[in-house]
Amino acid sequence: MSVAITLDFVLRQGDFTLELRERVDARVVALFGPSGSGKTSVLEAIAGLRTPDRGVIRIGPRILYSSEDRVHVPPHERNVGYVPQDLALFPHMNVRRNILYGVGSSQDDGQATTLDQILSLLELHPLLNRQVGDLSGGERQRVAMARALSTSPLLLVLDEPLTGLDQGLRARVLPYLERIRDELSTPMVYVSHDASEVRALADWVVELDGGRAIRSGPELG
Amino acid sequence: MTGVVLEIAWRTVSMAVLATLVMLPPGIALAWVLARRRFPGRALLETLVSLPLVMPPVATGLMLIWLFGRRGPVGGLLARLGTDVLFTWRAIVIAMAVMGLPLLVRAARAGFEQVDRRYEEIAATLGASPIRVFLTISLPLAKRGVLAGALLGFSRALGEFGATIMVAGALPSTRTIAVAIYSYTETGQDAAAAIMLAVSASIAFGALFLSNRIAAS
Repeated sequence: MSVAITLDFVLRQGDFTLELRERVDARVVALFGPSGSGKTSVLEAIAGLRTPDRGVIRIGPRILYSSEDRVHVPPHERNVGYVPQDLALFPHMNVRRNILYGVGSSQDDGQATTLDQILSLLELHPLLNRQVGDLSGGERQRVAMARALSTSPLLLVLDEPLTGLDQGLRARVLPYLERIRDELSTPMVYVSHDASEVRALADWVVELDGGRAIRSGPELG
Repeated sequence: MTGVVLEIAWRTVSMAVLATLVMLPPGIALAWVLARRRFPGRALLETLVSLPLVMPPVATGLMLIWLFGRRGPVGGLLARLGTDVLFTWRAIVIAMAVMGLPLLVRAARAGFEQVDRRYEEIAATLGASPIRVFLTISLPLAKRGVLAGALLGFSRALGEFGATIMVAGALPSTRTIAVAIYSYTETGQDAAAAIMLAVSASIAFGALFLSNRIAAS
C-alpha cells in the first residue's frame, strides 16, 4: 500500500542546510546519496528527533510538523518506527523486552496477531530470551526492525540497515526487508548509499547531495 | 558503656539511612536536570547544590538554624503545626541530608551523562512518554552512578559533624558518633572516644568499600 509523504521543510544545523520539497506517493522511498548529504537528518526530522526551521512533514493524512499551523507532534506521539544506523538496542533488556518495549504504549487491539506475525516474519521466536549483547550483526538488525514494527507504525524509517553487514549477511537480511514491505505493507523511508539495495527495495528514489534533492523519481538515475 | 555505644551507633546509622532516603528524590531530580537540560540559571543551581561541599559545615549549620529555627521561614511553619526541628532527631536528618546531597548529585549526574541519548530518543519513538523514558531507560542505565552517589551521600551523612552539632547539639538524645567523639575527647573520656572511633572507622570502611565495588562493577 502506498502512502502520500510530504517532506517539504528547511532544517539548519550549523553551516549545513537541509532543504527538501518532496511530495511522493510510494511504498518504499529511498534516500540515496553520499555521507554528509543529510539523509539521517531527514529521518530524524520525520521521527521528531530534530525540529525543522520551517515547512511541513506529513504522512498520509497525518501532519507531524507544520510551522504554519504551529504543529510539532512530539516523538512519542508520532508513531514512526525508527531503526537507527547504530540500532540502539536497549542494553539492559533482553530481546523480548526490547521488542515489547513499545507495545505497552499504544492501544491497538489487533496488535497481538501483528506482533506474532512480525516475530515469524523476522524469524525471531528462537531469539526471544537471548541477551542483546550475545546477538550477531544480522540478528541485531532483525531485533531492531521488530522493535520498530511492534507499535504498528504509520511509517518505518531505516538508516542504512545493511551497512556494516558483510555480503553474505546482506543477502540474508534484504529478504526480511522485502517481506516487511510486501506482507506487513508498512510504508518505509529508507536511507542507503548502496545502489543495488535501492533497486531491490525502493519504488521511489530521492537522491540527496549537500542537503538538497538533486534527483527524484521512480528509478535510480 | 556498651549500651551507650550501641545507642549512639544505631542512632547514627539509622539517621544516615533516613537522610539518604530523604536526599534521593531531590538528588536524582537535580542530577538529571543538570545532566540533561539547558536552561537559564543552570550554572547558579549547579553552584548552589555544591555549596555545602565547600562551605564550612558549621556555616551550613548556621543557615539551617535560620531556616528551621522557630522564627525561621520553615521552622516557624512547622512550629505552628506542632513540630519542632532544632535539637531533635529531625535536625540530624536534615543536616546529614543537606551535607550529603552534593556528593549524591555529582555521582548521579555523571551516571546520567554517561547514558547514550540515543536510547532515550529511540524509546520516545516507540511511544514512551518522557516520564516512562526516565523510569525505564535513563534511571536503570544510570543505576551505577546513582547507587554510588547514594553510598557516598550516606558515608558523608555518617561522618557529619559541623552542621549536626549546630542544629542538634550534643544532647544525650541527639548525639551521633562524630559528635560523641568530640564531646568524649573534650571531657577527657579517651577510652570512650577510642571505642567510638573504632565503630566509626568500621562503618565508614564498609560503606566506602561497597561504594567502590559498585563503581567498579
